[in-house]
Amino acid sequence: MPNKKNYTNGLPDPSELKEEILKKYPRKVAKKRAKAMIVNDPSEGQEIMANVRTIPGIITQRGCTYAGCKGVVLGPTRDIINITHGPIGCGFYSWLTRRNQTKPAEGEDNYMPYAFSTDMQDENIVFGGEQKLKTAIREAFEIFKPSAISIFSTCPVGLIGDDVHAVAREMKAELGINIFGFSCEGYRGVSQSAGHHIANNGIFKHVVGNTDRERTGKFQVNLMGEYNIGGDAFEIERIFEECGITLLSTYSGNSTVESFAYSHTADLNMVMCHRSINYIAEMMEEKYGVPWIKVNFIGAESTAKSLRKLADYFGDDELKAKVEEVIEREMAKVKKVAEEVKPKVEGKLAMMFVGGSRAHHYQDLFKELGIRTVSAGYEFAHRDDYEGREVIPNIKIDADTRNIEDLEVTKDEEHFRDDLVTKKAKLEKEGYTFKDYQGMMPEMSKNALVVDDVNHWETEKLIEFYKPDIFCAGIKEKYVVQKYGVPLKQLHSYDYGGPYAAFGGAVNFYKEMERMLATNIWKLVDAPWKHEPEIVGSISIEA
Amino acid sequence: MKNTNGNTILNSPPLEGRGAAVLNSSPLGRSGGAVSTQNACKLCSPLGASVAYKGFEGCVPLIHGSQGCATYIRRYLISHYKEPIDIASSNFTEDSTIFGGDRNFKIAAQNIINQYKPQIIGISTTCLSETIGDDITLFLHELKSEDFDGNVEFVVASTPSYQGTHIDGFHEAVAAVVRKFAKKGNTGNHINLFPGFISTEDIRLLKEIVADFGIETAILPDYSESLDNPVWDTYKRIPEGGTTMEEVERSGSAKASIEFGTVLNLGKLSGRVKNQNLTKTAAQYLEKEMDVPLVRLPMPIGITQTDRFFEELEKLTGKKTTEKYTKQRGRLVDAYVDAHKYVFGKKAVVYGEEDFVVGMCAFLDEIGIEIVLAASGGESGLLEKEILKHCPENGEKITVREGFDFESIREWSITNKPDILVGHSKGYYIARELEIPIVRVGFPIHDRIGGQRIKHLGYAGTQELFDKIVNTLIEYKQDSSPVGYKYM
Repeated sequence: MPNKKNYTNGLPDPSELKEEILKKYPRKVAKKRAKAMIVNDPSEGQEIMANVRTIPGIITQRGCTYAGCKGVVLGPTRDIINITHGPIGCGFYSWLTRRNQTKPAEGEDNYMPYAFSTDMQDENIVFGGEQKLKTAIREAFEIFKPSAISIFSTCPVGLIGDDVHAVAREMKAELGINIFGFSCEGYRGVSQSAGHHIANNGIFKHVVGNTDRERTGKFQVNLMGEYNIGGDAFEIERIFEECGITLLSTYSGNSTVESFAYSHTADLNMVMCHRSINYIAEMMEEKYGVPWIKVNFIGAESTAKSLRKLADYFGDDELKAKVEEVIEREMAKVKKVAEEVKPKVEGKLAMMFVGGSRAHHYQDLFKELGIRTVSAGYEFAHRDDYEGREVIPNIKIDADTRNIEDLEVTKDEEHFRDDLVTKKAKLEKEGYTFKDYQGMMPEMSKNALVVDDVNHWETEKLIEFYKPDIFCAGIKEKYVVQKYGVPLKQLHSYDYGGPYAAFGGAVNFYKEMERMLATNIWKLVDAPWKHEPEIVGSISIEA
Repeated sequence: MKNTNGNTILNSPPLEGRGAAVLNSSPLGRSGGAVSTQNACKLCSPLGASVAYKGFEGCVPLIHGSQGCATYIRRYLISHYKEPIDIASSNFTEDSTIFGGDRNFKIAAQNIINQYKPQIIGISTTCLSETIGDDITLFLHELKSEDFDGNVEFVVASTPSYQGTHIDGFHEAVAAVVRKFAKKGNTGNHINLFPGFISTEDIRLLKEIVADFGIETAILPDYSESLDNPVWDTYKRIPEGGTTMEEVERSGSAKASIEFGTVLNLGKLSGRVKNQNLTKTAAQYLEKEMDVPLVRLPMPIGITQTDRFFEELEKLTGKKTTEKYTKQRGRLVDAYVDAHKYVFGKKAVVYGEEDFVVGMCAFLDEIGIEIVLAASGGESGLLEKEILKHCPENGEKITVREGFDFESIREWSITNKPDILVGHSKGYYIARELEIPIVRVGFPIHDRIGGQRIKHLGYAGTQELFDKIVNTLIEYKQDSSPVGYKYM
């Protein structure tokens, strides 16, 4: 285990580290990577290069468009049959690997344990796979009688000219259920982020607004960009329920297509993972007038802040009182554990390279324990997730982004919520902020190194320089980092643990950090004989 | 009802993603041959190739396609081996898809060389690159005539996911390496061993056996170190271990090749009949092109098949099996006798890749377990014949299914009520639903630690496997009994 540096007087300037990393790259690559590595200065509006193509041959954390569309966004929705149209690999690899939990009611459908694939063969590539796809859809319908089926295109599908959208329309007419397709071939876009966008478009176009539902609660909201890894959504749902907030739909942890269909009847959208879901929030506001706010339920303080913001939106005194009561009670439990754990872990150093929001959100949790984030970055985020939404108009639209359809959304006169527009205007006047994602960088310390789409070589140098106590990333990085003697916490799947969201989640996370940071295993790495000379003994020469 | 760990199954909280629909048997009769695949019992071809490449010293695998292929495959392999597994990608984008992947390929190759200084770059193609018709050989030719910086060898395996399974990819890659480097020469005293896709612990067991016979043996591929590393003092970008270049070169002058597996990649691929005149496996190539005699054996699981392996080693070395192994064998037979009462007549479902299923069936047949279903996602057309040949006791009673998926296995199991499942992690949900035990073998093992260290082969490997199967059955009986026996 490397010795730790003393950072009591602030983080060291990592400019030299950056230079050293870049030295290894060919000139062009170095130029590109230089822009993706920023020595943070929160007092300045710095620009980072993000959402650009990964350099071939460099081991990336990133996945593909299909993974973002099928695996991330639609994966956690239980009442839709997701058919992967393509050869077997993609469907198999996205079969129940994300640890999204779901809780169907008694007798309710749950297709998440299934991986449907058209398992395309040679002849389908040569002669086309549309017939096989139709048969697969009919079979899935025949067996399960689902209310919805969706089709996910893998790489060869676009190339051989299979029209999944036409097949979807035809099958929809034939079977009388909602069927729609996604052109989410793996090569589109620069990362899974493109897949999120495509999924957002598809759900909005084919599902949102399909059914209306009578109001069931006084405060109706949707939670967006929360995927119920390790049961996070359950913990958030518990809090909402107690506060008297009606959660119509979550995009997409513990979700149903049925709930997406009436989610436009909410009074407010709360956005957690801005990167993966802001598109639907934006479109819902344009079409139905439902405003959105940025929230974060990772970290106890952040949860309290988000709940208060929610209560302020509705402005209801009873709700505000209830929210305060819940916060007070829950925080008492959280503080008790924090007080036990904090002295043991305070001052430790963390690094996190994950997702499009988690690398930001988890800094809050670490802060609560006095653990400092020395370096962080996203895997597939865009500039706005680093610098804040105000940079959106200045983001250069490249060819990869242009490939993704930008849905034209028009006002739905019948369902449009003029009352919410008025409410929003009034609140804004009072200083309440909507769509207010400030990004990761303004909240990070001076001299923290922000790195987008980090790769193996950079990881190696970062560990060498900072000697972190804990590294947060995913399964692909886990054993690399641990071979350096640094424990890695998986923030995609939470390893085996969770939930880490909201108050109960914070308690779990504190205990997890205590366990991980206090482990004695690393002391065993060096065998006792390692530092001894190989040959011991004395030689006496006798005359 | 209790599961094998003694936890109550029915009262346990709902598993992630487990719901009511799981318990319904589908009315379609999937065993009748549905067109779509539901919960596949096979993986894709570039995965197998990547594993094989990891077994050659200094080799970095490169998947020529979208970055998702490398990412998904890395995630799957890393979850099983729990090791760093670097697989590079040429990161196709929309324009590489339209204009060809040559530019990305060349950048990828150069960057791998700069970062890793590998001896070999092991290239697998994908459905994407094969569909657009990228010609890697041409790219390599161009690359070498350009301003190319690096001393590295390239190997190419054609592995589109729409042809065959991960096992086809595995053998394809081994053959590609051997074709590229093997040199014909005066026949030496060394042998080649082509073990197929086995665990890292199995490779170590085999190494011990051949070392004890005192015969110099090249295991191709040997990922026993590179995919099961110890902790390191300093990070190694390319893990140590693997069949050396010299060993591959000398495979062309070996005294003989032993090849485990009788299905290999020799059958027809789903939907496409292969040209049977082509040499497919590495050992076949060495036999035909370099006159290295080929001995093909089923995977040595169980007494009968392991005996055959030892007989061959005796023949090749002119040496007798040492006491170490005759005693291992003796203890194993003794254990068969002792535990016969627990296993006899028990009904098993076996699934996985085809050669593994054949080997496992031969072993289970030998110990008196009745195999009710032997299933694989592979479609060689050879499975039934091979199982019949190697299961003399009850072979004819075994239902053999190629191209089967887990939903078909599940449906079949609901009807035929096996006592135990033998296969990898992905069948767990069936065992859970049927409330029967599962013995985890093969690949992938994602819900247990040490999947790479499961022993299957030789007398010693079989001993562990046998004990595990028997104890699983005993544990189940013990847990299900109202008596609470402490003495079984």
